[in-house]
Amino acid sequence: MNRIHQKLQADKKILSIYFTAGYPSLNDTVKIIQDLEKNGVDLIEIGLPFSDPLADGPTIQASSTKALKNGMTTAVLFQQLKDIRKSVSIPLILMGYFNPVLQYGVEDFCRKCQEIGIDGLILPDLPLDVYQENYEAIFKKYGLVNVFLITPQTSDERIHQIDAASDGFIYMVSSASVTGSQVGFGNNQETYFKRIANMKLKNPQVVGFGISNSETFKQATNQAKGAIIGSAFIKFLTENGVDKIGDFVKGIRK
Amino acid sequence: MNYNVDEKGYYGEFGGAFIPEMLYPNVENLRQQYLKIMAEPSFKKEFDQLLKDYVGRPSPLYFAKRLSEKYNTKVYLKREDLNHTGAHKVNNTIGQILMAKRLGKTRIIAETGAGQHGVATATVCALMGMECIVYMGEIDIARQAPNVARMKMLGAEVRPALSGSRTLKDATNEAIRDWINNPVDTHYIIGSAIGPHPYPDMVTRFQSIISEEIKWQLKEKEGKENPDYVVACIGGGSNAAGTFYHFLHEREVGIIAVEAAGKGVDSGESAATSVLGKMGIIHGCKTLLMQTVDGQITEPYSISAGLDYPGVGPMHAHLYKTGRAEFIAVTDDEAMQAGMVLSKLEGIIPAIESSHAFAILETRKFKPEDVVVFNLSGRGDKDLDTYINYFKL
Repeated sequence: MNRIHQKLQADKKILSIYFTAGYPSLNDTVKIIQDLEKNGVDLIEIGLPFSDPLADGPTIQASSTKALKNGMTTAVLFQQLKDIRKSVSIPLILMGYFNPVLQYGVEDFCRKCQEIGIDGLILPDLPLDVYQENYEAIFKKYGLVNVFLITPQTSDERIHQIDAASDGFIYMVSSASVTGSQVGFGNNQETYFKRIANMKLKNPQVVGFGISNSETFKQATNQAKGAIIGSAFIKFLTENGVDKIGDFVKGIRK
Repeated sequence: MNYNVDEKGYYGEFGGAFIPEMLYPNVENLRQQYLKIMAEPSFKKEFDQLLKDYVGRPSPLYFAKRLSEKYNTKVYLKREDLNHTGAHKVNNTIGQILMAKRLGKTRIIAETGAGQHGVATATVCALMGMECIVYMGEIDIARQAPNVARMKMLGAEVRPALSGSRTLKDATNEAIRDWINNPVDTHYIIGSAIGPHPYPDMVTRFQSIISEEIKWQLKEKEGKENPDYVVACIGGGSNAAGTFYHFLHEREVGIIAVEAAGKGVDSGESAATSVLGKMGIIHGCKTLLMQTVDGQITEPYSISAGLDYPGVGPMHAHLYKTGRAEFIAVTDDEAMQAGMVLSKLEGIIPAIESSHAFAILETRKFKPEDVVVFNLSGRGDKDLDTYINYFKL
């Protein structure tokens, strides 16, 4: 059982924060992770920036472009994280697109993740069938949880397939959208959240996309186990720098 | 060896559908439906009728006498430049708009670089009375003003892609994001033989009318269906896919794909993907693409906006890898000169994309008795500014 499983067993709603590694400055990565943990965040998704992030809206795109300009690479990120487990104990997940992982070498990438103490991966453009056929054994060998996405358009049949293939949590995309484009939740989301809750999946669900404040966090976690905030946190870093991370987290938890 | 797509969506090791889950329902629905729909008699009838009466097919296969004399071989031109809208692109947009209607979609999105696919999409949307949004890089919008105006006249909305390098690659990203945001009513008409399966195969099938016609036209003119060579320029690879399709498994037909070397393959400003590319994932498929060692997609360069793409269709990657096709890279200068030669000798001003294909006649020697069919994929009207500036006309 890795840190993700332990965390999900706790009797509380999970707050997960996404940030893009190398943004706002190249060497902010470790400080951001430490401050998020210090302020009570339960899980962190460290974004490996990509030149062509298809599922991301303007905020995360811009942070990725800036991070790459700052000099972020897969190798640099691994270097920055090499001692992270001396100071941080909450689950850490790497989130990125599949091509940089493929170029690093999938097995090398996974081995490195295990060495560092990364608990899981989210690779939105690595599809379920390709994962199962080619990479599942490698992920498992290095103790990595692979997290799949579902959306309001995902059929029940496919959700059950994804649930069966998952061993951690399911990333529930709140609406048909790229990241950072929603403001608040409406009836459609409520219906969708209830539909998923009623499916009694074996994996807990964590909602992402469209969560930006305490209100949307509460709505999202009414049925689901937790929620993920990405774009809103990136915006906060853009406006406030990396010294007031506690304020952001308190604003969500209030 | 099979050069067509297999049942899992791959051409050898290339292809597949590397898409985020948000796109899965649409792409999967298309995958399940596209062959069935294309095989329906009513679809075929409507498609053939529009190609004939609206596009003006069959496009002529023209024996280029003076060009043949100059290069001492038998040169034929497949005149896709004479299609309505001025290029081969419309073959695919006609097919896909009919597909979209049968899938119950009411809103069309597309990406475009030079604007040819955007115009072809806007055209069929006007024809069918469908809403049309074309994504185009901000930089391309500035340098292809006439095509932007055409799209607007045809009723399309042209949305600038402001991210990344603000060219074709980024326009494609924006179109994909639009599809993620509008999963129910929207069909994405991809213009090249790229993207997640089934797009490369679907686009290839719609464009395969080119090689289908070459076969019977050549039979009339030469008494045989198969030429010795077929030649096409290649960016993403839609005109090449259509030109090669019916010859892929005809061993005696040589296949030549001509890439844009830009300012030279090793100049750092090139789009010669087969030479400079490495296996990776772009826009939902596994193929050869230009990227950093770290897996970030890099910016290609070519004087021709239609060849300015960092990847190549997965079918072509497979043809390259297996050696079935010969890949030749042609520089900006060679292409521009070839465009001038064709203009002067045959009275045909080609699109700069197509000029790349003709440029190989200077260096790639053919036998006098060889029958060499070039796909003249588009006309040069859209490129007049570039020709004017280059030749100081």
